[in-house]
Amino acid sequence: MTTTGRREDTKPARKLPWILELYRSDVAKKWIMAISGVILLGYIAAHMMGNMKIYFGPEEINHYGEALRELGGDLVPKTHLLWIMRIGLTAAFAIHIHAAYSLTRKNLQARGRVRYDVPREYLAANYASRTMRWSGVIVLFFVLFHLADLTWGTTNPDFIRGDVYNNMIASFERVPVAILYIVANLALGLHILHGVWSLFQSIGANNRVYNKWRRYLAWGFTAVIVVGNLSFPIAIQLGIIS
Amino acid sequence: MDLTLKVWRQNGPDKPGEFKEYEAKGISEEASFLEMLDIVNERIVESGGVPIEFDHDCREGICGTCGVMINGHPHGNQKGTATCQLHMRKFNDGDRIVIEPWRATGMPVVQDLIVDRSALDRIIEAGGYISVDTGGTPDANLIPVPKEAADASMDAAACIGCAACIAACPNSAGQLFTAAKLAHLNLLPQGQPERYDRTIAMVEKMEEFFGSCTNHGECEEACPKSISINNIAFMNRDYLVAKFKDRRKAGQT
Ligand code: FES
Repeated sequence: MTTTGRREDTKPARKLPWILELYRSDVAKKWIMAISGVILLGYIAAHMMGNMKIYFGPEEINHYGEALRELGGDLVPKTHLLWIMRIGLTAAFAIHIHAAYSLTRKNLQARGRVRYDVPREYLAANYASRTMRWSGVIVLFFVLFHLADLTWGTTNPDFIRGDVYNNMIASFERVPVAILYIVANLALGLHILHGVWSLFQSIGANNRVYNKWRRYLAWGFTAVIVVGNLSFPIAIQLGIIS
Repeated sequence: MDLTLKVWRQNGPDKPGEFKEYEAKGISEEASFLEMLDIVNERIVESGGVPIEFDHDCREGICGTCGVMINGHPHGNQKGTATCQLHMRKFNDGDRIVIEPWRATGMPVVQDLIVDRSALDRIIEAGGYISVDTGGTPDANLIPVPKEAADASMDAAACIGCAACIAACPNSAGQLFTAAKLAHLNLLPQGQPERYDRTIAMVEKMEEFFGSCTNHGECEEACPKSISINNIAFMNRDYLVAKFKDRRKAGQT
């Protein structure tokens, strides 16, 4: 037989350091995606909860912004802990994306060029699981815009550094921006709906007794995040906060 | 019943292939899917054509050779059965049936509907066995096995290696097959000495051929033995534990 279908893998003869050797494996990449995913999920939850302070008035949320900079209190110099967190978060984000990218490439190659003639009728895969790549890309671009909009203020003409309350209103008052936030947060919802369930499977946290709770948790967590995050642009558009 | 078949024809591994249509008239509802193909093939041969090549052996759902994609469903749209266990009464008179080989880079087409599933043999060779010293016949039931472990292992061991899981997977991942073979041995006392070496060897061999799991769960739906994706989680856990154990062992020698 001429074709065995074996992937022409380029395993180097030299042994890589253990952690890199581990990262070569797809199963390990999924572990790393799951763990970086948990870090990102934790951040998303904290971010949403912190922003809830906008409903308690300008002082509350502006004070919250300031408190983030003073994280660690008298124990560390100002903003240092915040920067450590930012770097950790960026690293989690980067590795999550790299693993996703390289697995996607591998999967496309494993699937080959010839596809089934009859479109597959999926029985278990759902919309969320099949659109992970797209929802992931949307979230990535959204995060970049979000940083430019509310952290650096580059896309927000009325941006005032440190005035979180004012900045959020100035941003979400614009209808296209509000729509963008809503769409992006729905994409985020789809992404974490599959992600929260899937990460248990990837790390092998599995027990027939608890397995159904993994789905419930995914739905519950997603619902809280999406409802919370959507409430900000909607409340500002409706003039509930102004 | 009268049917129209649209079948993938390919005259060799590196040859281009194409779909051809065949009329299948007067097929009995009692015929199995493979018997229907036999009848169509007889007619093709009588009219001087080359019969449709398809794999089959036991025709009772235990050997795993007969898998084809039927109207976009691996082994046809009937849960928990192999192609050979599918009967024509599941179809309607006048139906048009599209029959395709499994598609994955790791399982290239050999001829028509036959694919090369030897990648699965490579995975088994990597560690899908236990090493046993020869000697006198041991007494039966000498090694106690917890009932739960025996049951779970037996469920995993139901895998017939048909590759429907890979065919069904949007990523062409070999996870369900490999996980089933691993769970089959890794749950039993006899499988323990080689458990972690086996897990690393089989997972890494699998990754040479197939894609990576994104937890869709299509494989479980397609599996003629309804093997659970819980086995995949078990494999993922064992793989990481194995990698850490490997490192510790490296430090000891
Ligand atoms: S022919 Fe053996 S499983 Fe179908």
